[in-house]
Amino acid sequence: MNDTFKITIDGKEIEARQGQTIMDAADAAGIYIPRLCSHPDLKPIGSCRVCTVVVDGRPQAACVKPVMDGMVIENDTPAVLQHRRNIIDMMFVEGNHFCMFCEKSGNCELQALAYRFGITAPQYPFQFPEKEVDGSHPDILLDHNRCIMCARCVRASQELDGKNVFQSIGRGFHRKIGVNGEKELGDTDMAVSDRATEICPVGCIIKKRVGYEVPIGQRIYDKAPIGSDIEEVHP
Amino acid sequence: MSEMVSTIKKICKRYGNDRARLMDIVNEVQDALGHVPREAFGLIAREANTHRVEVESVVSFYAFLSDKKQGAVVIRLCDDIIDRFKGSEAVGDALVAALGIGFDETTADGKITLEKTPCIGMSDQAPGMLVNDTVITNLTPAKIPDLVRQLMANPDPQALVAEPGDGNNADSLICAMVNNNIREAGPVILADYRKNAGLRKALTQTPEEVIEDVKTSQLRGRGGAGFLTGFKWELTRKARGTEKFVLCNADEGEPGTFKDRVLLTERADLVLEGMTIAAYAIGAETGIIYLRGEYAYLRGFLEHTINQRREAHLLGNTILGHEGFNFDVRIQMGAGAYVCGEETSLISSCEGTRGDPTDRTPFPVVKGYMVSPTAVNNVESYCCAARIMDKGPGWFASIGTARSAGTKLLSVCGDCERPGIYEIPFGTKLRELLARAGAEDVAAVCVGGPSGQMVGPAQFDLGISYEELSTGGSVMVFSNQRDILEVADAFMEFFVDESCGYCVPCRVGNVLLKNRLERVRKGVGEQKDLDYLQRLGESVKFTSRCGLGQTSPNPILSTLKNFRPVYNALVKENKTGFHKSFNIMKAVEQASAIAGRRSEIFHA
Amino acid sequence: MSKPRVATTSLAGCFGCHMSLLDIDERILQLIELIDFDRSPIDDIKHISQRCAVGLIEGGCCNEENVHVLQEFRKNCDVLVAFGDCATMGGIPAMRNNIPLEECINEAYRDGVTVYNPKGIVPDDPEIPLLLDKVYPAHEVVKIDYFLPGCPPSADTLWAALTALLSGKPLDLPYELLKYD
Repeated sequence: MNDTFKITIDGKEIEARQGQTIMDAADAAGIYIPRLCSHPDLKPIGSCRVCTVVVDGRPQAACVKPVMDGMVIENDTPAVLQHRRNIIDMMFVEGNHFCMFCEKSGNCELQALAYRFGITAPQYPFQFPEKEVDGSHPDILLDHNRCIMCARCVRASQELDGKNVFQSIGRGFHRKIGVNGEKELGDTDMAVSDRATEICPVGCIIKKRVGYEVPIGQRIYDKAPIGSDIEEVHP
Repeated sequence: MSEMVSTIKKICKRYGNDRARLMDIVNEVQDALGHVPREAFGLIAREANTHRVEVESVVSFYAFLSDKKQGAVVIRLCDDIIDRFKGSEAVGDALVAALGIGFDETTADGKITLEKTPCIGMSDQAPGMLVNDTVITNLTPAKIPDLVRQLMANPDPQALVAEPGDGNNADSLICAMVNNNIREAGPVILADYRKNAGLRKALTQTPEEVIEDVKTSQLRGRGGAGFLTGFKWELTRKARGTEKFVLCNADEGEPGTFKDRVLLTERADLVLEGMTIAAYAIGAETGIIYLRGEYAYLRGFLEHTINQRREAHLLGNTILGHEGFNFDVRIQMGAGAYVCGEETSLISSCEGTRGDPTDRTPFPVVKGYMVSPTAVNNVESYCCAARIMDKGPGWFASIGTARSAGTKLLSVCGDCERPGIYEIPFGTKLRELLARAGAEDVAAVCVGGPSGQMVGPAQFDLGISYEELSTGGSVMVFSNQRDILEVADAFMEFFVDESCGYCVPCRVGNVLLKNRLERVRKGVGEQKDLDYLQRLGESVKFTSRCGLGQTSPNPILSTLKNFRPVYNALVKENKTGFHKSFNIMKAVEQASAIAGRRSEIFHA
Repeated sequence: MSKPRVATTSLAGCFGCHMSLLDIDERILQLIELIDFDRSPIDDIKHISQRCAVGLIEGGCCNEENVHVLQEFRKNCDVLVAFGDCATMGGIPAMRNNIPLEECINEAYRDGVTVYNPKGIVPDDPEIPLLLDKVYPAHEVVKIDYFLPGCPPSADTLWAALTALLSGKPLDLPYELLKYD
């Protein structure tokens, strides 16, 4: 059985395989679809919606939508880009993102996406919500101010660490990441060596005593925009 | 062993220490202890073979569950816009005065808790409230002191039901003061019918023929989405899986809708008959009725109906002597979460987790409840299916319009003489419906609830149908005395409260939309705020993950479209470059109070 | 032909953005060929003297005086640029935004661990502007035309932005010059 076929992204025909998501196929072809909650080592959940594309006229999250023979996909169109930008803006205003002193700055995927989109300021008003900082763990800091609810930590703990340290609690605007302990992160079996520690795209979960290790200018997104690595596959 | 521990252990054991029954477990713990204490999360997790944070995840999701001790009596005042317009705010004030507490508070003696809750499905007899599971309707502020006095003397809320309502509401298993308010019965659902004739007929056919009949009838899902029911059954039948499930969506949470309440009261047998036919058609042995927490007062009656059907061999093994056809039904109680009306959320909830929706590839027909092929249908759809089997698909398809076959049950409420249930053939013009309901001086009608659309007189000649004015049943009428944007604002408040928060656009976008609408309503908005609402609304609609977010901007988008002059009158041209939304006097108010002086600069 | 006038101010900021402006080093000689400075901490002119082409706003609004100054800028400048994170999103001062004002004042003047204030007096001269309930980014108070984020925006960023604005070119920062830190 032939399980490879063609799909079209922005008018460019590319090869896709049965079982791939749109994002997988695009990545392999060197087409970057912006994303945040998605991570190559984790099951996709389609929660951030940044990877929204238009498939045969309907919006779909590229990270979860499986490819089908002959799919026609719009990725890099003004309308799609505008929706994505709006979502990025929403993430900035729903939390308290103080990039100027965040240890993750320069390596933060949310910030990098905003840079890639050329966002100088979000178009929505900052909400300045009250959030907790959990410093109870000896090696790990959990700062809810920076959380974007991508649930990478939830999945990494379950899928990669074989634990269950995190889960979403509450709902709506008050939804947050809960920990599997009586009170705080220090009550859980989280270890600094867990994948869940380093998989956070923003500065919500960070290792203590690392600080601003990499000098400005040498951080991941100082020189090249996020997604450049994927785009370099097929120049 | 403390009493709490033994109670919890007993409850967990009753549900087989099964993590998939976590909803039932925490619901019962809540009933038994008045809350689900945080100290018990660990114990429940151990007993139900899950993790502490999973228990917290569930308890923190549902509005009817609480980790704080509540009174033995919990009063939940319905805070729907229809109820507000019928005076629920004054009723709320009266409750606050009589109880001496505010909302979300418990009386000092720990006996009574006061809360607000979205639409409880009693908009035709508003204002209403829930006292534990008991429904109290047609409230007035004058009635409150007596009600509270009675509750303080006797904490059994059922004692408040002086006179039960009509029909089965008076049945001893329901005994509710709810009235059916059936205004117009149509040929399909509310007409007299031959019980189980549809099921008997179905069993004379092969499952494939049953599916063919339902397809031929052109029956589309009555929840509002309008997917072809027969096609859904066919996909479920054809999907690979050793076990298949039939789920009935009785999570009637769309504000202004109450037709399923009436169906479950007066046509419970027909609903179960339809589910049984579906089970036969797709090859399922288990069915679940997902009953919204607000309708808990119907649970005993429904369970009795299920039992009666078991005794009559209409459920259970070898149904009606048909060898190999086994099917049984259980009831899954919800706990106050609108999003659970979304089929994937409903499935999550049935599986004992928080009601987050899941991705719709794969669709539930392929991988639904317990990762098995599952057909989720609306209460009304099952009723239609049973009648189609009895009277024939041609009969059904001949009613209504070419693209919308059959009749539709509408719940009409708001500013009209005759609120209640209308079974109308699809295609009936809105104007005609309004006349029949005795609605005069109508400024706006919300068709389909907050997730539907607000239409004005220019749209009144459209027909109720999937192709013109689509609705799962909700029709809310607003006279020209009402502020259209107050309605839109209330609807946005509803979506903000009910968003599960899983995806960004719905979690954040709805809050931003509501805030900006408030700004416009206050008269401090500008023309560009209307563009902001339009563009943000479109993004939320376009990028949200499930039906909730994909429809939540509709109150704003449909009023921007159909009631633009209302907005235009509120926004003014502003050439100063100073935002009117920034109010310096308000911004210095606190500092002014602390310092005990007025602003030297601005208080000229 | 007279040179376009530029006014600058630091509201609830730390003057770091102004320091960054001075960091353009010798390019300041080119800059004064292009513009005249009006009200600015650089020349200590206290009020805008005439219509300005560009106003540069450092800092958000944490008190009534900030609002007053910002409104003066809006009234008298053709184009307003919020420069720096404080103007753009409130910045460090905005960290108080989810703490009630009274608590902030008590922490600063009464309860803070390093505070010596036996009489518990909170400074209250009428000359001291009243604090706002929270720190407002500049664009929540008046219309802002352009944003230059950064803490501070680098001298190169400011140079690129100013020269683009003054020559009427679109303000399109290259990737390396758009930073939030």
